[in-house]
Amino acid sequence: MAGNVAVASNERSRAGALIGGLARSRELTLAGVIVVLSAIVAVRAPNFLSTDNLGPVTTFAAIIAIAAVGEALVILTKNIDLSVESTIGVVAFTVGLILKEQALPVPVAWACGVGLGLALGMCNGVIVAVLRVPSIVATLGTLSIFRGLCFVVANGHEINLNDLPDGYTNAASQDFFGVPLFVFLAIAIVGVAAIVLRYTVVGRLFYAVGSNAEAAATIGVRSRLTVFLAFALSGMLAGVAGVLWGINYGAIYANSASGQSLAVIAGVVVGGVSIAGGSGTVVGAALGALFLGLINNALILLGAPQEWLQLIYGAVILFAVSTDALIQLRTQRARARSRIR
Amino acid sequence: MSQPSDASPAPTQAPVAAGGRPGNPMSGARALLFASARWEVLLVAILAVLIWAGMRISPFFIQPDFWNSANFGASISGTMEVAIMALAMTPIIITGDIDLSVESMVGLSGAVLGVLWAAGIPLQVGIPIVLVVGMVGGLFNGLLVTRWGLPALVVTLGTLALYRGLANAVLGTSYVTNFPSAFTAFGFGYVPGTQVPWTLLAFLLLAVVFAVVLHLTWIGRQVFAIGKNKDAARYSGVRVAGLRTALFAVSGIVAAFAGIVLALRYNSVRSDNGTGLVLTVVMIAVLGGVDINGGKGTIPGVVLAVFTLAALQSALRLGGVSSEYQNVAIGLLLIVSVIAPHLARQFRVLVDRVRSGRHRPVRDPVPGEVVR
Repeated sequence: MAGNVAVASNERSRAGALIGGLARSRELTLAGVIVVLSAIVAVRAPNFLSTDNLGPVTTFAAIIAIAAVGEALVILTKNIDLSVESTIGVVAFTVGLILKEQALPVPVAWACGVGLGLALGMCNGVIVAVLRVPSIVATLGTLSIFRGLCFVVANGHEINLNDLPDGYTNAASQDFFGVPLFVFLAIAIVGVAAIVLRYTVVGRLFYAVGSNAEAAATIGVRSRLTVFLAFALSGMLAGVAGVLWGINYGAIYANSASGQSLAVIAGVVVGGVSIAGGSGTVVGAALGALFLGLINNALILLGAPQEWLQLIYGAVILFAVSTDALIQLRTQRARARSRIR
Repeated sequence: MSQPSDASPAPTQAPVAAGGRPGNPMSGARALLFASARWEVLLVAILAVLIWAGMRISPFFIQPDFWNSANFGASISGTMEVAIMALAMTPIIITGDIDLSVESMVGLSGAVLGVLWAAGIPLQVGIPIVLVVGMVGGLFNGLLVTRWGLPALVVTLGTLALYRGLANAVLGTSYVTNFPSAFTAFGFGYVPGTQVPWTLLAFLLLAVVFAVVLHLTWIGRQVFAIGKNKDAARYSGVRVAGLRTALFAVSGIVAAFAGIVLALRYNSVRSDNGTGLVLTVVMIAVLGGVDINGGKGTIPGVVLAVFTLAALQSALRLGGVSSEYQNVAIGLLLIVSVIAPHLARQFRVLVDRVRSGRHRPVRDPVPGEVVR
């Protein structure tokens, strides 16, 4: 910034702009809030920072964060994917079943799981992009259908730890320098997705389609192909999350991961991805998922009554979303005012 | 898509009429064609096919015996809570919003009702209080959406968690039961001397009210105006924010009422009452032909969708299809219900094109020509 612009009267507004700018960067704010929250909780409940506590919490957050990256891609294109929880469930169960029957070696079973997720995501993509069904309706339908598939595959049975190879669930508790293995995986996926979205043409297409589909079509973007791609990737990442879900829990039921779609979407929205499409980052989405996971854990550690957990959880989501909207509203008004001047 | 029986005469008649003179005789066939391409007509056909199939499986299907769970009537009375909520969801979706928090309002209203009853407050007092709670919850949704300009999907996703949390906070893990029999009779009893459940009567009365307001009054016209184009509606003098807020308040009240119905039907309340219902509510609305993007939809369509869903459920149950497969069928029906009108519209365009091509190759009317 050029120094001669600074006039005494502008001093305050510049500080304000700086704070506003920081507040507008949802990723930085969230990271800050997570650090402050962790510090406060760590003082009140010292075992918060222990590996025994933080390990499982961040491992679970990593699974949700991976699904949230896929969901963020879909929401960026101004669509929504409600079916992720069913995809996670059916993939987790199928991989468990393959291993129980000892039909395939473990890595191949994992690949099958991810492939199944991709296939289910492509189904969503076809229904939305080719058959032009609004995504909320399409994925509401596939939410039921995929879950139904899961029950059909399960056929009234469940997968126990005994059915799986020895030491299968060890990977979930493995860590390097105190950081769980799954967290590294999540960081890698988030990193790749962030770079692709930020610096490649394909990545920018998601934003283009989401912010103005007509304009994107005018300049030659194949928006329906992009939407299809978003759903396919979302399904694939839900597949990855499903494989990890199975490794994490060992016991898999036909209704595994029920209700997690809302957790995934809440993470994405708290992470600052606009439901109206075209704005937000996958880093924010992943941080949002981590934040909601930590909040839950912190409340339990701080001794919040079990009955109040959900209430506070809901309030946090609403608060995060409305502050975002209020900041945007203020910025718009401020801009409008400065334009008038 | 199952080919409805009463749609088939229209396409076969059309070419015959088109072969003759272009004029009055054709407009009748054309009107029939247009009418049969309406989603409500298709729904009636689907419903008829389902009832026929149900009767084939078992004559038991249509008997007015509401106590057998595989029976059409039992399926209907089992879906009344979602049906009632779908009525209030319809105008909200028509304005382009959505209310995901209704299922949590069912839990919250039940919890409040239970706590009040356990505290010795009679239900005559408790029920109005619960309805007010519903209205406040709905107003909160509406104000967040209209004042702060937040997307309804996001707001009600938040209050979905928030109201469920309130229900947990109010009632905890305990449950309340033993409501007075005079009230539980409303939940699972019949109108005296008939085989009509009270809840069905309540639903039909509410449906008439919603249909009249939405389709025959200026309020309804404004709802559709908002759904078609918010800015245009505002410039035409529609109080867009006020009406949207009011619709959310109505949705809250109706959801609270559905919560009361559920509590009285089960004769028990728990804080998790109604979990997972919202998906069915949205499903019924969409199945009833309400456009999820706003601007289109009818209450009769939604009422038909309720009966179609109930018929499908009981037919599948009678046919020995397990509930897991039932979900697959319902999910498929939902997706097909959106694809079908789309295809029907394309089919209509195709028919029009073929027919106009037969005796009038000119697509655009030349200046001065009288356009029929």
